[in-house]
Amino acid sequence: MVFAACREVRDGDCVFVGVGLPNLAVQLALRLHAPRCHLIYESGVFGARPVRLPISIGDPCLVSGAAQVLPMAETFLYFLQGGRTDLGFLGAAQIDRYGNLNTTVVGRDYDHPKVRLPGAGGAPDIALNARRTVVIARQDRRKFVERLDFRTTVGWAEGGTSREAMGAPGGGPARVITDLGVYGFDADTREMTLESVHPGVALEQVRDATGWDLRVSPSLGTTEAPDEAMLRLLREELDPDRIYLKG
Amino acid sequence: MPAGGRRSDDNPFPEVPNLSESKVLTMQEAVSRFVRDGDTVVLEGFTHLIPFAAGHEIIRQRRRDLALVRLTPDLLMDQMVAAGTARKLVFGWLGNPGVGSLHAVRRAVERAYPGPLEIEEYSHFGLLCRYQAAASGLPFFPLRGYRGTDLPRVNPHLKQVTCPFTGETLDAVSALHPDVAIVNAQRADSHGNTQIWGLVGAQREAAFAARRVIVVVEEVVPEDVVRADPNRTQIPSVVVDAVVEEPWSAHPSFVQGYYDRDNAAYLAWDRITRDPAELERYLDEWVHGLPDRAAYRARLGEATQNRLRPGPRLAGPVDYGDYR
Repeated sequence: MVFAACREVRDGDCVFVGVGLPNLAVQLALRLHAPRCHLIYESGVFGARPVRLPISIGDPCLVSGAAQVLPMAETFLYFLQGGRTDLGFLGAAQIDRYGNLNTTVVGRDYDHPKVRLPGAGGAPDIALNARRTVVIARQDRRKFVERLDFRTTVGWAEGGTSREAMGAPGGGPARVITDLGVYGFDADTREMTLESVHPGVALEQVRDATGWDLRVSPSLGTTEAPDEAMLRLLREELDPDRIYLKG
Repeated sequence: MPAGGRRSDDNPFPEVPNLSESKVLTMQEAVSRFVRDGDTVVLEGFTHLIPFAAGHEIIRQRRRDLALVRLTPDLLMDQMVAAGTARKLVFGWLGNPGVGSLHAVRRAVERAYPGPLEIEEYSHFGLLCRYQAAASGLPFFPLRGYRGTDLPRVNPHLKQVTCPFTGETLDAVSALHPDVAIVNAQRADSHGNTQIWGLVGAQREAAFAARRVIVVVEEVVPEDVVRADPNRTQIPSVVVDAVVEEPWSAHPSFVQGYYDRDNAAYLAWDRITRDPAELERYLDEWVHGLPDRAAYRARLGEATQNRLRPGPRLAGPVDYGDYR
């Protein structure tokens, strides 16, 4: 997941970085193919150059050596709503076939939820405004659902042109990366489409972990495996204590 | 006077003696005087400078029925909810960052245990705009934020407004005027001119929005120190009611340049909060059982404090110029 996410970062991008795996993916991209990307954190940091792996999006190491620190309101007003964000990473507890996300509640009754999740945070605004968004999530039937219990964050809405019709300025979800494969979205219907499976993962396994009739690209491939240098950089330099990488 | 120069003894603005009084209080006095039962209380500081010491004093003084407002309710809000101070939580993101859930808050929301807790949720941006509106004296703030989401369905305070210039439908949030805002900072002078470096979060907006403001600092410094570097002042004295000096008052969160985030404490909280009895023991031991932050710090111990102290990374000085 980290390597696939890392490949989504283009050199020179202004990247809105979320907590967890995106943090690691962006640090990796900065050291590999995207040395000129700008790391933006919603805590109010532009151009972070952390000398250790940040634990959260508000780690003091994001401030020391950064290009700018600004109030959070301005981060949202100028960098997101102002249209200065190229790429945003998002996570989710539930995702549907159009890349809409739920991070609010599990269970349909909002007032009596089965599980109370963290809520919106910065996600709705990243999804609304970034030129591309990439969703990173582990995949199973409880996460990849036919119908969300709650729509916290809009992706391609109801598909087709429905996102544009509601006046969402950003470019919408470009990719979904899971522990099983990598997805794009159909250019017309905007439905999530499996583009590659990770090495050793069978297509049936992916179908079983999806709560709807999965659309598969006719040119389905295998996700490019990381080379040894990438792996070493990740395991020995970026995350030696396995804060993000389990095993 | 000849053009191009002015002798210092011609200065028409001689040094003005400062006539405003000191606002320095103990935490006990500040909470007792400015936080009342039923108040809407903003406790800001985004991951950085979280007002733990103030929250603990509110618990100790057994304030009740508070509407607690915070962009990211984390350990402190879990403690304040568990201690029974809150009737309502207004927030943007609820969790123990990088670790997991706030189980005391979840018990209250999912099972009304030990009592019900009303919630009112926004995106971070939405809640920031509520502070911004109040701080600016506006009744609402427009944004693009909630289109296509279910949030307006569960929060009646999220509305829409039509732009009078373009006709675009925009989202709108109302101004939030808290009764009290409590914010932490590195330093302030005794009048309340408050300087923050590192993440400044929403402290300034929250302070300007609130009716009463308590500032909690690592150090109270002479006014000259503040006036030597006015760009670093985030909150001016005129909006501040109390200045409390309590070193390590943001632990286990961090203070840029003073101490690091105590990640071990955030991890340990996950175990404590899962069990109501364990949580009760924590509150007895670390909140009710201690008189103040100095005692908390002593209990924390030198070894932990040393582990969290960063090395220096100084900024270069800038020249503001002397314009006599």
